[in-house]
Amino acid sequence: MSSYLDMELLRFSTAGSVDDGKSTLIGRLLYDSKSIFEDQYEAIEQTSKKKGDEHVNLALLTDGLRSEREQGITIDVAYRYFATPKRKFIIADTPGHIQYTRNMVTGASTSNLSIILIDARKGIIEQTHRHTFIASLLGIPHVVFCINKMDLVDYSEETFEKIKKEVEAFASKLDVKDIHFIPISALKGDNVVNKSENMDWYKGSTLLYLLENIHIGSDHNHIDCRFPVQSVIRPHSDEFHDYRGYAGRIAGGVFKKGDKVIALPSGFSSKIKSIDTMDGELQEAYAPMSVSMTLEDEIDISRGDMIVRENNQPNVSQDVDVMICWLNDKPLQAGGKYAVKHTTNDARCIIKDVRYKIDINTLHRNEEDKNIGMNDIGRIAIRTTKPLYFDSYRRNRNTGSLIIIDEATHETVGAGMILT
Amino acid sequence: MQTYNLTHLKELESEAIYVIREVAAQFENPVLLFSGGKDSIVCAHLAKKAFYPAKLPFPLMHVDTGHNFPETIAFRDKFIKELGAELIVASVQESIDQGKVVEEKGFNASRNGLQTVTLLDGIEKHKFDAAMGGARRDEEKARAKERFFSHRDEFGQWDPKNQRPELWNIFNGFKNFGENFRVFPISNWTEMDVWQYILAEGIELPPLYFAHERECFVRDGVVMSTSKFIPQRDTEETKTMQVRFRTIGDMTCTGAVESDADTLEKIIEEVAATRTTERGTRSDDKRSEAAMEDRKRQGYF
Ligand SMILES: Nc1nc2c(ncn2[C@@H]2O[C@H](COP(=O)(O)OP(=O)(O)O)[C@@H](O)[C@H]2O)c(=O)[nH]1
Repeated sequence: MSSYLDMELLRFSTAGSVDDGKSTLIGRLLYDSKSIFEDQYEAIEQTSKKKGDEHVNLALLTDGLRSEREQGITIDVAYRYFATPKRKFIIADTPGHIQYTRNMVTGASTSNLSIILIDARKGIIEQTHRHTFIASLLGIPHVVFCINKMDLVDYSEETFEKIKKEVEAFASKLDVKDIHFIPISALKGDNVVNKSENMDWYKGSTLLYLLENIHIGSDHNHIDCRFPVQSVIRPHSDEFHDYRGYAGRIAGGVFKKGDKVIALPSGFSSKIKSIDTMDGELQEAYAPMSVSMTLEDEIDISRGDMIVRENNQPNVSQDVDVMICWLNDKPLQAGGKYAVKHTTNDARCIIKDVRYKIDINTLHRNEEDKNIGMNDIGRIAIRTTKPLYFDSYRRNRNTGSLIIIDEATHETVGAGMILT
Repeated sequence: MQTYNLTHLKELESEAIYVIREVAAQFENPVLLFSGGKDSIVCAHLAKKAFYPAKLPFPLMHVDTGHNFPETIAFRDKFIKELGAELIVASVQESIDQGKVVEEKGFNASRNGLQTVTLLDGIEKHKFDAAMGGARRDEEKARAKERFFSHRDEFGQWDPKNQRPELWNIFNGFKNFGENFRVFPISNWTEMDVWQYILAEGIELPPLYFAHERECFVRDGVVMSTSKFIPQRDTEETKTMQVRFRTIGDMTCTGAVESDADTLEKIIEEVAATRTTERGTRSDDKRSEAAMEDRKRQGYF
């Protein structure tokens, strides 16, 4: 009971190309950690029998919508949940198809950790490069490479080490902070939840042990104080007649009562009078807490403004360079106008320049081909109609990310990571 | 070194409050759907926290099948009064009387499916542009792919193949005239999270959730409460059983489980040990493997 109230939350995503065993791995994690219900198990047992499968196909557990069932593939991000006494896990299950970079980016955007699957028989393939690159681009703090189907390569240490070396060589060129390698068999269960009896040579931890113990306390920025204001709370009641609280979710840093702060864009300064929640006042608040703040002085602050510490301010600019991942069939229009959402701020922007497009397999920067279409990633320069208050994405995922919206269809067409 | 880390319940709470505040800020006329079940009670509690010390800036709407457990309605009225919020009731009986829907017949007749029409009518009548609800992704496979902000076309339909990608915590509530959104603040919560949160926060629930004695009968392996709304077969014998409900919906399609769990602590123990999913007691999902997905496409919650 008390342990339950100490549990942490870890969000992770999975990537791998088709048939690398992603669904089987997730099914295995759920099954071996006893997160599968009887009726769910019975349903997949029946389906497996109907299909003439030899084993109960654990992959069916994560198989979602009907059209996908018919095609036998996963085509979107699906979320899965399980818990152990230590942590609750949210899995963003994303597909491995070439055309679905968009989904991996979506699933990875909120992850603390990414699991990238590699088929031990095939070793590194084009998709491995792509998945690793996306994980690094999205600033996922921890990346775990699971070398799967070890049972099909006689649990060979040599095979594992060879793949590990190749990945390390490749990943050293990328900005991945924390890398792990685990040899597994998702089908047989080796090193997923239970330690493998077939791989004495592997001295590391199982996947579940790693997921339960990896240090995530530093995944949020606790240095640069950023508080994007969502709305202003004005009760207009007798009891709280003059109450004016700024509601929002802390995007970075640790705010304390009495801190000297300034509000952007006005630049007016004040002190934090109180940090409130319905459960009472807090002495300090940090990301990702939702609170309401009151200030000593009455200054004009509304949604989209940002409260920051006086001595540590974000960049303020209308000209922003962004690494963009394009998510729509209709390509990016150079010179085109779009709506932008950044923290709680809304603006419009014009695409001033496409600097280059990245070949996500070779990481080559192509300055000739500037057509950014569905699933492409490239660097662009935008000018916004009003200043944004931002940090680089590397420094803070909350204040360094933005989305671009087509003003005609209202669809989210681009995911942007701010460079400068 | 001091660590700044939230517990999972605090992080889920903070996420939900953020989502609810986004709804209030991005939409002109939102509503919170309220069924009287534990998930919608938790949502209302979170909404209260989101705007404290101000009142909720939106009303609650109950889609009333007319086949509720009387306990649900009694609880609802008390809860709303304490919350100080406005309640709108959209009635399935009215939809039937207006000839918009036709009541099912037979032993397994249920008004559950008819709710969709009443819900969509209610949204249209009050010109709501966002309807928040307590659906969770862990409830069912089709729900696992829902976004927090789920866009619906002017017919209220959901297109699972053409959802807007949802990145980081930036929610896109842009829409065309006549379109609206469904929003699910507790998307990332599991049944266990909800129970733990209810205990941690001391949230009051309808008595139906706790083990009590009740006149029941068994149909297709599911324990049902006797009710004037459900015709019983001669072979379906009524007996007094010690039961509780894991979900609270329409009386005609909500099954009970035999249980001694009469406190939150015992319920949590029971949930931890239980081997069937909570929707397993709802006969509406059993009709076909893809039943939920079909209903969602048409606009069901
Ligand atoms: N021998 C062996 N087969 C595996 C393993 N993991 C997955 N498979 C098989 O590989 C195939 C593809 O797996 P699946 O999980 O559907 O792959 P996905 O497309 O990545 O989700 C299935 O036939 C699995 O049974 C493994 O560790 N060993």
